[in-house]
Amino acid sequence: MMRIVKGNEAAAIAAKLAKPDVVAAYPITPSTDFPEKIAEYVANGELPHTQFIPVESEHSAMSACIGASAAGARACTATSSQGLELMHEMLFIASGMRLPIVLYNANRALSAPINIWCDHQDSISARDTGWIQFYGENNQEALDLMLMSFRIAEDPRVLLPAMTCIDAFICTHTFEPVDIPSQEEVDAFLPPYKPTHVKLDPDEPMTLGPFGVPEYYQEMRYAQHLAMKNAEKVIDEVFEDFERRFGRKYSKVSPYMVEDAEIVLITLGSVSGTTKEFIDKMRKEGKKIGMVKLTVLRPFPFRELIPLIKNARVVATLERNISLGYGGAIYADLAGTLINEEKRPLLIDFILGLGGRDITFNDLEEIVKVCEKLIRGERMERPVWIGVKKELVT
Amino acid sequence: MKIEPGGAIKEPGSSVAYKTGGWRTFKPVIDAEKCISCWICVGFCPDAAIKKTEKGKPPIIDYDYCKGCGICANECPKNAIEMIFEEK
Repeated sequence: MMRIVKGNEAAAIAAKLAKPDVVAAYPITPSTDFPEKIAEYVANGELPHTQFIPVESEHSAMSACIGASAAGARACTATSSQGLELMHEMLFIASGMRLPIVLYNANRALSAPINIWCDHQDSISARDTGWIQFYGENNQEALDLMLMSFRIAEDPRVLLPAMTCIDAFICTHTFEPVDIPSQEEVDAFLPPYKPTHVKLDPDEPMTLGPFGVPEYYQEMRYAQHLAMKNAEKVIDEVFEDFERRFGRKYSKVSPYMVEDAEIVLITLGSVSGTTKEFIDKMRKEGKKIGMVKLTVLRPFPFRELIPLIKNARVVATLERNISLGYGGAIYADLAGTLINEEKRPLLIDFILGLGGRDITFNDLEEIVKVCEKLIRGERMERPVWIGVKKELVT
Repeated sequence: MKIEPGGAIKEPGSSVAYKTGGWRTFKPVIDAEKCISCWICVGFCPDAAIKKTEKGKPPIIDYDYCKGCGICANECPKNAIEMIFEEK
């Protein structure tokens, strides 16, 4: 059924269709609609078996999800920005205890200065917490990726938590047509969660979250890394099954006009739509530009990415994040991906669209000009900042 | 002992399976000639790693769990316990 919904509601509908046992969440702009909608579904009887816990902080939200998941419940939550940071230490507990909690994150800039608008610094800062990370381009992807993340996270070969990241306001508060699957279709796609590795049960007691002494700690991290590697395969399987059932195709990396591209732009999230239109315009002008959208950031899709970008002259990452004193996070991942390839493109990172600044065709044109300079042999300091009013900076 | 995903412990008694003797740097060694079987070391051992035997014989140190803290050597009224550096 097609409906016109906000990105937040699309994610909440996905959570509703997954019939979670527990949702524990604390409201924060711009993801507040999510807990509001869940509270509404619980209150009006649409989720008769869901316990909604309105906790007093995001740290408690993740803690409650951890407790619920450890008791064998399907648990999910939503947050954004400072909220994700406040639950940061608990994100490690969730992944370390191998609890397949599902989180919806509205990508919002971090304080200071306080800012409620879009960038990716929040989830990029949570990149190494051991969570699977999906980035959606639009509201349909918000719903679909949330739905798939339950099945991927709960797969016995994976058992890792997963977050779906959606751009603040650009998607969370924009109304778009979204195809909503029926409950029967979702029930057939997503079986109930039945864990055996952890379950708080008085009839079958077990110790959870024990001390990890030096003789065992490294093995547990290794096991998590193997689970991430398993997730690569499971993600592909679930994407394929989803396409078979619902007709919408997903892949970890989505190329657009890369076959003959001299310049390939790497995108995450909503800017992918803008970039595709920009490429259409550039192609009419005869410029060989392509794009690869990353839908999955962890596990990092090395294998799929290399053949798509290795023949380009320049690969440019569009970074709505900054590792201060270094540059863009995706640049670092890509550099590591390509460094041992015999044939590899030049690589450069562009910092733009921070704190909700729009990314426009003018910005993308500037990026292409810098890439063309690189092709001509010019070299410059990186990262390159796009659209910064340098005259304002003291 | 295999590790469950997430490290859950399903069988009780895992602290017995974990041999803390591996932490040891200095190993207590009892001189049977000097030992008077007073069992003071047995009472002081924080890991209950020293077992009584019978009068006239020295106690037995369980090196699987002795962490080499040296309290036994410190408390022995006859200086019958020597801490010896253990090469690994």
